[in-house]
Amino acid sequence: MELRAYIIRRLLLVVPVLFGVTLFIFGITMLFSPLERATLYVTNIRQLTDLPAIVEKYGLDKPFFVQYGTWLGQVLRGNLGWSQVVSMPIAEAIPHLLPATLELAIFAVPVIILVGIFFGTKSAAHKDKPLDHGTRLVAIMGWSLPSFWLGLILLMIFYGYFSGLLPPGRLSTEVSIFVDLPGFTRYTHINTIDAILNLNGRVLLDSLRHLILPVTTISVINMAFIMRLMRSSMLESLGKGYILTARAKGLPEKVVVNKHARRNALIPVITVSGYLFAGLASGAVITETIFSFKGIGWWAWQAAIRLDIASVLAFALFTATLFVIVNLIVDILYTRIDPRVRLGGGVQ
Amino acid sequence: MSEWKLTGRQLVRNPLSLVGLVIIALFIVIAIAAPFIAPPPEGHRDPYMIPRDGYWAEPQPPSKDHIFGTTQGQYDIFYGVIWGTRTAFRVALVVISVTLLIGIVLGSLAGYFGGVIDEVIMRITDIFLAFPSLILAMALVSVLGQSLRSVMIALIIVWWPSYARLIRGDILQVREEDYVEAARGLGASSFRVIIRHVLPNAIYPTLIMASLDIGAVVLTAAALSFLGLGAPEGYADWGQMTEFARNWIVGPIGEPLKYWYAVLIPGLFILFFVLGWNLLGDAFRDIFDPRLARR
Repeated sequence: MELRAYIIRRLLLVVPVLFGVTLFIFGITMLFSPLERATLYVTNIRQLTDLPAIVEKYGLDKPFFVQYGTWLGQVLRGNLGWSQVVSMPIAEAIPHLLPATLELAIFAVPVIILVGIFFGTKSAAHKDKPLDHGTRLVAIMGWSLPSFWLGLILLMIFYGYFSGLLPPGRLSTEVSIFVDLPGFTRYTHINTIDAILNLNGRVLLDSLRHLILPVTTISVINMAFIMRLMRSSMLESLGKGYILTARAKGLPEKVVVNKHARRNALIPVITVSGYLFAGLASGAVITETIFSFKGIGWWAWQAAIRLDIASVLAFALFTATLFVIVNLIVDILYTRIDPRVRLGGGVQ
Repeated sequence: MSEWKLTGRQLVRNPLSLVGLVIIALFIVIAIAAPFIAPPPEGHRDPYMIPRDGYWAEPQPPSKDHIFGTTQGQYDIFYGVIWGTRTAFRVALVVISVTLLIGIVLGSLAGYFGGVIDEVIMRITDIFLAFPSLILAMALVSVLGQSLRSVMIALIIVWWPSYARLIRGDILQVREEDYVEAARGLGASSFRVIIRHVLPNAIYPTLIMASLDIGAVVLTAAALSFLGLGAPEGYADWGQMTEFARNWIVGPIGEPLKYWYAVLIPGLFILFFVLGWNLLGDAFRDIFDPRLARR
C-alpha cells in the first residue's frame, strides 16, 4: 500500500517537471520572430514565398500562451514538426533512427558496468597501493579523454593504418543493400539482433565490425565514472561493522571483499546504470557523429549545424522526457532493492 | 587553518594530485606567457586568430617555420595550441564565475528562506537538470547562433542548477547553527545574516569543487567547437583544431598516418588540460567525502 502511494506521489511530481520542460522548449522557439518560425513549417522550397500566409494559417502572431496551447496539443498528439535532415516528420524520424542508437547502448552498457565494477572493486580492496593508483590513473585518463579525439585516433589506427579493418558507418555498402532485400526480415532494425534472428553470419560479422570502435569509444569515456563510483561505494562498505565481523570470523579476504562488501556496494552502481542507459539511448551525439553511425545523436548534430531548430528542440524534448521517466523508474526500483530507503514521511 | 594545512598536505603527498598540480601550473604559465612563446606576427590584428601560411587545404608536416606543422587551411598548429590555452582558461573562468554567482544567489535564497521560494527555485532546477547537459548546450548554441559567446552562455544555462543545489544543501546545514540564530536574535537583517554568517561558513567546499570543474567546462566547450558549434573559423581553439583534422585522419595510400600531427597535437592539449584538473579533483573528492574517515 505504502509503495503504491509513493509511486503515485512520484508520478505527480513528474508532471510539473515535464510541463516546465515543454514550456522552456517552447519559450526558446518564441525567441524567433513569427516569420522565422513560419520557415519551420516549410517542407517545400516553393512555400518560402508564402510565409505571411503560413503565419496567418498557424496563428504564429497570437499571444504566447495561445500558441503554447496549440503547440502542446500538437506535441501530445505526436506531431513534432518536420525534420529537414532526413526529410520526414520528426515523429517518424526518431523511431527510424533510434535502433542504431539502442544498438550502441546495448553493447556499451554491459561493458562499461562489468569492467567498472571489476576495477572499482580491485582498486578499493588495494586502497593507496600501486594497483589502486594505477587503476585510478587509467580511469581518470579515460574520463579526461575528449571522446571526439579518441574516436579520431581509433579511426586513424584501425581504419587508416590497418587499411579498412574497422570502418565507420553501420554496415558496409553491399551488406546494407542486402539487409533491405526481401529475403532478410527486419524484426527490430537493430542489425546484430536481426542478423541473429535471420541466422545470417555475414550480416552479424559486418555489423560487429562496425560496432567495435564506437562501443570502445563510449565505454572508455564512461567506464571511469562507474569505476570511481564503485571504488568509493566499496570503501564505504569495507568500513562497516559487518566486514570487521566477517574478518574476525577468519573468512578469507577474497570472500569478505567479493561477497560481503561488494553486494552492498553494488546498489548505487545499479542506480547509475539506469541513468547511463538513458544517457546513451538519448544519443551519444559525439560518437555517432565521428563514426557516421546514423542514430538519433547523429541526426541531432546534423540538425544543429544545419540550423534545423525544430528537430534540435524536439530532440531535446525527447531526451528530457526519457530522462525524467528513467529517473522515475530507477527511484521506484531503488525502493525494492534497498529496503533502507524510506518512503517519505520521516523516521518511523 | 589546520584543516587547510591537512588538505594541502594530503594533496602533495598523493602522487596523482601532485602531478595534477604540476600540469595545471604549466598551463597557467603557457597562458600567461603566450605572447612570448608564440608572438603574433607583425600587423596581426587579433592575437586569438591563428596566422595562416597560405590557403591550400592539405596540412603540412612540422618544419622550421611551423614546429608542430600546419593543419587544414595552413593554420599554424603551435600558435593555435598556445593561444588556445588562453581561450580555454577564458571560457572556463567566465562560465564558472557567472555560474557560481547565479548559483550562490539562488541557492542562498532557496536554502535560507525555504518554503515557497525554495520550492519554486528547486522545481526550476529540476527542469534544467532534466536535460542531458551536452544536448541542452547543443540546442541552445544552435538557437543563439554559432560563436564562442553562445557557447559560454549555453554552458552557464546548463551548469547553474547543479551549483544552486549544492549551495542550497550547504546552507541548509549551516542555517540552524547557534551563531546564525544569535545573529538573527541580535536583529541582523536577512541579507546581512546570509552574507556575513551563513555563506562564509557554507560555500568553501562548493567553491573548490567549482574551480575543479574547469576541466569539465573546457571539455564540453571543446566538444561543442568540434561539432562545429563554437568558435569562428581560425580562432585559437583546441576543439576546432581537432575538427580541422577530421578530414585528414587517413593519409594517402602507403602513408596512412601522414597527417598524425594535425590529429594528435590539439587533442593532447585538451587531454592534459582536463587531466590536470581531474587528477586534482579526484584527490579532493576523497578528502571531502564525509563517508570516508580522515586520517
